[in-house]
Amino acid sequence: MIKIEQLHKKFGKNQVLKGVDLEFLDKGIFAIIGPNGSGKTTLIKALLGMVVPDKGDLSVGGTSIRKDWRYRDQIDYLPQIANFPANLTVKELISMIKDLRNRPGEDKRLIALFKIEPFLSKKLSNLSGGTKQKVNLVLTLMFDSPIIILDEPTTGLDPIALIHLKELIKEEKAKGKIILITSHIMSFVEEMADEIVFLLEGKVYFKGNIEALKTQTDESNFEHAIANLLTQEDV
Amino acid sequence: MFKILKYIFFDLIRSRWSYVYLLFYLLLGAVLLFLNNDLSKAVITLMNVIIILVPLIGTLFGVMYYYNSKEFTELLLAQPIKRSSIFIGQYLGVALSLCMSLIIGLGIPFVLYGLFQSNEIWDFVLLLVTGTFLTLIFTALAFNIVLYNENKIKGFSYSILLWLFMAVIYDGLFLMSLIAFQSYPLDSFSIGATMFNPIDLSRILILLKLDISALLGYTGAVFKKFFGTGLGLFISIGALSLWVVLPVLNIYRKCRKKDF
Repeated sequence: MIKIEQLHKKFGKNQVLKGVDLEFLDKGIFAIIGPNGSGKTTLIKALLGMVVPDKGDLSVGGTSIRKDWRYRDQIDYLPQIANFPANLTVKELISMIKDLRNRPGEDKRLIALFKIEPFLSKKLSNLSGGTKQKVNLVLTLMFDSPIIILDEPTTGLDPIALIHLKELIKEEKAKGKIILITSHIMSFVEEMADEIVFLLEGKVYFKGNIEALKTQTDESNFEHAIANLLTQEDV
Repeated sequence: MFKILKYIFFDLIRSRWSYVYLLFYLLLGAVLLFLNNDLSKAVITLMNVIIILVPLIGTLFGVMYYYNSKEFTELLLAQPIKRSSIFIGQYLGVALSLCMSLIIGLGIPFVLYGLFQSNEIWDFVLLLVTGTFLTLIFTALAFNIVLYNENKIKGFSYSILLWLFMAVIYDGLFLMSLIAFQSYPLDSFSIGATMFNPIDLSRILILLKLDISALLGYTGAVFKKFFGTGLGLFISIGALSLWVVLPVLNIYRKCRKKDF
């Protein structure tokens, strides 16, 4: 479904991606992890067409994404920072996104699940950070697209919402979707991810499931295994 | 594009700043008309306010809107929408909501005053047309500035500098060059120099229509001598349109290559 070949990207003098090769073919939850500045967000943005790569090719569903924006219809994306037009109400924002995508969405179920009915007619500038994130999640997950990209989905969520989020992600996976998640919360990654992609200094340093990582690093604890990967690099 | 435009427009016309801007024009229009009792003088005073204030508000609003809605723009970029539709839609949303404040704010007092019974309706319409042009031009320039500058402070500084240059410094330089080279024929130079400043163009446009030669100044007089009133109006409107089209084309070009 998603194929990334020799992706290079430079911002000024800063070479962020140095030849990333990745393939996500089957359904599953893939966690993209790595230290700050390793290129996670740039990789995702390149996939969404927000960053124009210097070199390399990206294809979604078999067609290259250069020049054609229509492929984005197959992707649901949750941005890292939720910030919306201040004077629109939640309801208007939801109908706006539905209108822009020209598709119906199952927003009702998600609104009920995250309990944001009381906020529906409030202006977006008056919402708390966590509520904004919930609205953000509704906007992302209400469409039924084959690819879902979640950038730090857990930010600001309360424990109940977090449980609902995990259930939702699992449901979507069961429908046969490809789900990409970036997160710094290792317990979340360990619980959710089928496979992890470890980026370091703009390259794919490790790709495989958690068990393989543990055996490779000879650690039984996931967090330590990750730390081990990082220290190996230093030696 | 029209969908984006629609939502941005409805978002903005509900913002506090739109109301403040609208109220300002309401007040200004009302005060000028009812204390002055002379429509023609009111139009001239309004012109002087508009050609300075509209560019300032246009640039500042454009820059502020872009920086404030950065994350929202990113959300839109991830949707299946063409990039140029997003940015042109945003630009038009900002510019048109400003134009609306201007037109309604000035329109209401003039209509109440009995504009439709007066002969000066066309002067007034021209005033609004120039205000609209200036809003479109300076908002477009502001969007150009921010597309090239991710740094907020730089973006704001450049936009203030742009306004200061066009509204104040340009005239000064122009005048000084006229004095310095007064022994040469300056007609074509001054016409050319006027074309490069939308604020000057607007001033000449209105003064040509009002036919007040005392206020035309050197450039205005040359303009009138060269083109006559009719052609002069036509050329200055044409130049103003170019001032809208070129920056918008550049927004279109730049936004397709930019990283977000």
